[in-house]
Amino acid sequence: MKSNTQQDTLLEIGGRSFTSRLMVGTGKYKTNRDMVEAVAASGAEIVTVAVRRVDLDRSKEEAILHHLDPDKLFLLANTAGCYNVEDAVRYARLGREAGFNDFIKLEVIGDQDTLLPDTVGLIEATRILAAEGFKVMAYTNDDLLTALKLEDMGCAAVMPLASPIGSGLGLLNPYNIRIIKSRLSVPVIVDAGVGTASDACVTMEQGVDGILMNTAIAEADDPVAMGRAMGLAVEAGRLAYLAGRMPRREIAVPSSPTSGMLG
Amino acid sequence: MTEPITIQLNGDNRIIGADLTLLELLESLELDERAVVVELNREIVRKKRLGETRIKNGDEIELVHFVGGG
Repeated sequence: MKSNTQQDTLLEIGGRSFTSRLMVGTGKYKTNRDMVEAVAASGAEIVTVAVRRVDLDRSKEEAILHHLDPDKLFLLANTAGCYNVEDAVRYARLGREAGFNDFIKLEVIGDQDTLLPDTVGLIEATRILAAEGFKVMAYTNDDLLTALKLEDMGCAAVMPLASPIGSGLGLLNPYNIRIIKSRLSVPVIVDAGVGTASDACVTMEQGVDGILMNTAIAEADDPVAMGRAMGLAVEAGRLAYLAGRMPRREIAVPSSPTSGMLG
Repeated sequence: MTEPITIQLNGDNRIIGADLTLLELLESLELDERAVVVELNREIVRKKRLGETRIKNGDEIELVHFVGGG
């Protein structure tokens, strides 16, 4: 549902246009059926997938293409699980060959406990892949200088975290996210850390171009309901940002007229 | 008749018949070549080359595809 008074623009990344500002992952669901229904309920157009070895004993069951229609959804391959530049570049090339586009959600992870990005490796992998024609969407810290360098290296989008992957802690540093958004020309998509619908809404209210999430939907008791809640929250937060919020005040201001009171 | 050869397939040693192509290997594993990417000795083999690329003794082959992920 679109507002009559606030027409949003399309989300443009790497020369492609999207209506939904919510992107969702496809991992960690109890069943593929849950995943398919939750993705549909979220309204997301971009869904992320991972590149892994075929399990030669049960290939049909786990292959995601048996469950997602690439004509209806934009499949975004990731390099999750890669801890160095060489692996990330290798997985990105495999993802492009397996997939339907030259977009890659680039992750170069630096630490197993926090899954925080190795930003030095990330910048180098971005340089290599952008030169090969990839549309790189780089998962990074909420750090302005890294974001600026990623943009310089030719990123199609920069994806700062709200909080660590799978943590559900929500947006920890709205100031950093706002300053990244204000200084970059490429889309800023907040990736990781959203726990529930209010987190998604608050994140979108910062003015970012979109959000990518996985665990918040997949680990909900009812992933389909949470998928829909997230779709609504992203839309509500976006609309509230476009509407422009009222100023914060430290004193009350009455909403009803102070004149005309009975004598 | 040529001797069978040993390859490394997705990290495991495997003995296969000599002179197989990559496409024949996928068919023998009942894998759809449209949904699988083949890496031969760390180089991606494009789909149109699968039918003409013969597997040699000691080759390292990785078969990958898309799975759920975030």
